This record gives sequence, structure tokens and C-alpha cells, in this order.
Amino acid sequence: MKPSSRITIITLLGFWLTIFGGLPLLLLLVTSFLGQHPEKFFELNFSLESYRQLLDSSYLDILLRSIKQAVITTLLCLVISYPFVWLTARMNKRNRNIVLILVMIPFWTNSLIRTYAVRIIIGTNGLLNKMLLGLGLIDSPLRLMYSETAVVIGLIYLMLPFMILPLYANLEKFDYRLVEAARDLGAGNTQIFLRIALPLTLPGIIGGSIMVFVPTMGLFYVASLLGGGKNLLVGNLIHQNFLVSQNWPLGAAMSTALILMLLSMLLAYTFILRKMKSREVAG
Amino acid sequence: MKPFRIIYLAIVFLYLYIPLAVMVANSFNVNKYGMRWDGFTLQWFSAMLQNHSLMEATRNSLLVAISSATVATVLGGLGATCIYLYRFRGRKVMQVTLLTIMMIPDIILAIGLLVLFVITGVSLGFWSLLLAHVTFCLPFVTVTVLARLQGFDPNLIDAAKDLGASESQTTRHIVIPLLKPALLASWLLSFTLSLDDVIVSSFVTGPSFDVLPLKLFSMVKVGVKPEVNALSTLFVGISVVLILICHYLTKENKR
Repeated sequence: MKPSSRITIITLLGFWLTIFGGLPLLLLLVTSFLGQHPEKFFELNFSLESYRQLLDSSYLDILLRSIKQAVITTLLCLVISYPFVWLTARMNKRNRNIVLILVMIPFWTNSLIRTYAVRIIIGTNGLLNKMLLGLGLIDSPLRLMYSETAVVIGLIYLMLPFMILPLYANLEKFDYRLVEAARDLGAGNTQIFLRIALPLTLPGIIGGSIMVFVPTMGLFYVASLLGGGKNLLVGNLIHQNFLVSQNWPLGAAMSTALILMLLSMLLAYTFILRKMKSREVAG
Repeated sequence: MKPFRIIYLAIVFLYLYIPLAVMVANSFNVNKYGMRWDGFTLQWFSAMLQNHSLMEATRNSLLVAISSATVATVLGGLGATCIYLYRFRGRKVMQVTLLTIMMIPDIILAIGLLVLFVITGVSLGFWSLLLAHVTFCLPFVTVTVLARLQGFDPNLIDAAKDLGASESQTTRHIVIPLLKPALLASWLLSFTLSLDDVIVSSFVTGPSFDVLPLKLFSMVKVGVKPEVNALSTLFVGISVVLILICHYLTKENKR
């Protein structure tokens, strides 16, 4: 590239990332320390009011419930995906590719549309209830809609590919001969899983878990379409404070808290990865 | 493979596909509420075409998706090439910022941008959407392009230089042709990300510029709308075509 065009490109990208990537995050942090005003978005003075309000029981409650739902979603995604990916990685190349494409098609379809599709299935008159009634497993239709369960079903449905794909990237490299060797040496299934499969696939497990956990807390539309007004996520609170009650400092404080929480998780992840690497070198 | 393993895979796929399948089936179903199959019809597709506000939102969304995918691919593709080829000040910061944008939840970026747009007086509509969508697409473009660049032989560039090619000739005849599949894959990925986005769009668009996710959200909130099924079926079809193209392109990549 010509030096002049090289400089232009680097400057342009640098500007873009600074103004639309870094600056918004900085503004958010600043906003969280501003005073609240009933009519304007914020008041220009330093205040810790929003952070104080965050500790209020009703907000803390939603925050904790939101974390709980995200944790349940992540764990269930992991439990569903792990055997799935394990089986897929053992297939021949052609079948593996077919499975991966089938996993990615829903992933590429509009997530709002997919949430809506879940609603069609689990509604009181939906297919799920009809099947269960038809099979005689239940006597009256399950009232799944507008519950925490409905939100979790929807979240798992949306996030499953985010767990499957990182896990697959990791398990694809897994050397199956290790399992055979362990079996030859007399290890049982539990031992093989705990001492060989789990440690070696841990980076994939943690990577996938982060990919699922991080966006889950922000998916406000899943909570409003499937959970009704009662089963809120942190995303709903942020959405409400920015677009409905226009209390920017409070919304910004919630976002800052969310970022801090996610950041500490990421740091823990890199720490674990580094520790595993150093152990590999030492061993 | 043992039968129980096949059953397990089948159950996961049923979970992923039954909702989509029912939605697609209902888009051709005479019964408006999709409670039972009353026969085949295309009336919801024509209802969809006659719903002007829905069509306008679709047009707006496609316009935003096409423009932001194009800007993100050009800027991200050229940027990634610079990041790969040269060592410059701020290179590390650039990579960290890209990673941050990719990792933070969409909602955080969305409200940050909303604050920025309101303070600087950027009116909320097409332009604010474009700026926001390009921003969240950029990391995906640079990751895809960098992965491709790291995969090819650096000797090719040195060889071109040894043979007397100028910097711009090397870029035009060596780097860009090698990057073509990655650039196409990036464009398709950005296009899908943009069209799929609900969170960022809900924050940075204004009342004068309705986009698909918001329109769908308001329609779906009040109940089942058969024309939404029809539109969704159309989009599922488009996704399938795009993913097959993308798969073919990445397969070329590995060769």
C-alpha cells in the first residue's frame, strides 16, 4: 500500500474506533456519575445517587434474578451441547459439516423471529401442550408462557449455537486416542471424563459459557415477549431507564455494574487459560 | 453409531427446528391462528406485500444492512490488512478496542451510542443506525480478514517485492485477490448481523425511520400475525441461501 493511503486507512479506522467504540463507553461511565433530573435526561453535577439506588432491594432483586437466569441458561446450554458436540466431533467430515450447517441456520435467522416462534410452540394452545395432552402426559395445558421457565426456554433456544460452536472448535482438536489409551490402562468412564476430557476441553467450555452468559443479560425482548412484565432481565431495566423513564444516570450505572461483572469473569478466564498453559509447559 | 446417540442428536435438532418449522407451516396455513391445518394458501404473503408500513420497515432494514455491511467490509478489510502488514503506534489499542466491541453486550454499546448521538445532536434515523451497525460489524470483519491473512504464505508478498512490484501493485495483485473469499464472507456476516439486530436498533433509531425488528416487535407483542409468519419464512429462506454461500466460501478458504 502507498504510505499515504496506509496513513489514511489507519487514521480513519482509528478515528472510527475512538469515536464510536471508546467514546460511547466513556460517556456511559461519566453519565453514571451525573445527577438525576425528572424532566431532562440528566443533571450536570457529580452524584453517586444512581449507584446508591442500585443497592436498592428491588433493583438488586432483578439483578440477582437476571444473573440466576443467565447462569441457568448457560449451564443448560452446556449440558445440552457437550454430548452433542462430543458425538459430532466423532463423525466423518461430511456428516460433521452437515451438522454444523444445521446448527448455524437458526443462528443466522432473526432472533426476534425465533423468539416469536418459541412463543407459538409453548403457548397454552401451542404445539407442545397439544402433544403432551395427546400423549396423555398431562391433563390440563401447562401455563408456560409469562414465566421464568418460558424466558429460560427462549434464551436457551437463542443461545445454543453460541455454546455449540466454540465447544466444537475446541473438541475438534481433541485427540481421541487419549481416551483409548486411558481405557487400555483401565480407566472407567467417569475417570476418563473427569481427568482427560474435562481438563482438555475446559477452554472451550469456558469460552462457550462466556459467549452465552454475556449477551443473555441484555436480551430484553426475550423477557418481554416470553416473560410478560414480571420476569425482567437487567436488559429490560436498562431499556426502561433509557427509553421509557429517561433516567439516564441510573441506566448508565446499571450498565457499568454489568460491565464490571463481565470484566471480572473475563479476567478469571484469561487467568485460568494462562495457568493451564504454564502447566502444559512445565509438564 | 448407537441408536441412543442418534436419538440424542435428533432431539437437539427437533428443539432447534420445530419452532421454525411450525412458523413456516403457519405462513402457508389458511387457519389464521395456526391452531390446526386448514389447507394451503398464499394469502398471508399477499397480505404481507400489502402491509405498507411492514414493507417500508423491510426496505429500510435492507438499506441499512446493505450499506453498513459495505462500509464495514471496506473499512475493516483495509484496516485488517494494515494491522497485519504494518507496525504502527496504536496498533495494539486498535486491536483491544475491536475485541472490546465484540465482547461487550450489544445493549451497552447501544446506550453508549445513544448518549453520544443525543449529546452531539446526530438525528436518530438512517445515519445513526448506519454508524452504529458499522461499529458492531467492524470487529467481525477484521477477525475474519485477519484469520485469512494469517493463513497465507508471507513469502508471497516478499516474492512480489523481489520481482519488482511496487507496494500498491502488491496490494492490488496479491493481497486483495487472496482476500476475496474472506471479504465476501465478511460482507455476508455483517449483512446478517445488521438485519438480525434488535437491541442496537431499538436504541438508535427514531420515530421517522422504522426498521424491521422494531416493527416486528410491536406487531408480535399484541398477538399472532400471519403476515409476520410469511415475512419470517421469507427471511429463513434467505438465511439458508446465505449460509450455504458462506459455507462454500470458507471451504475455498481452507484449500
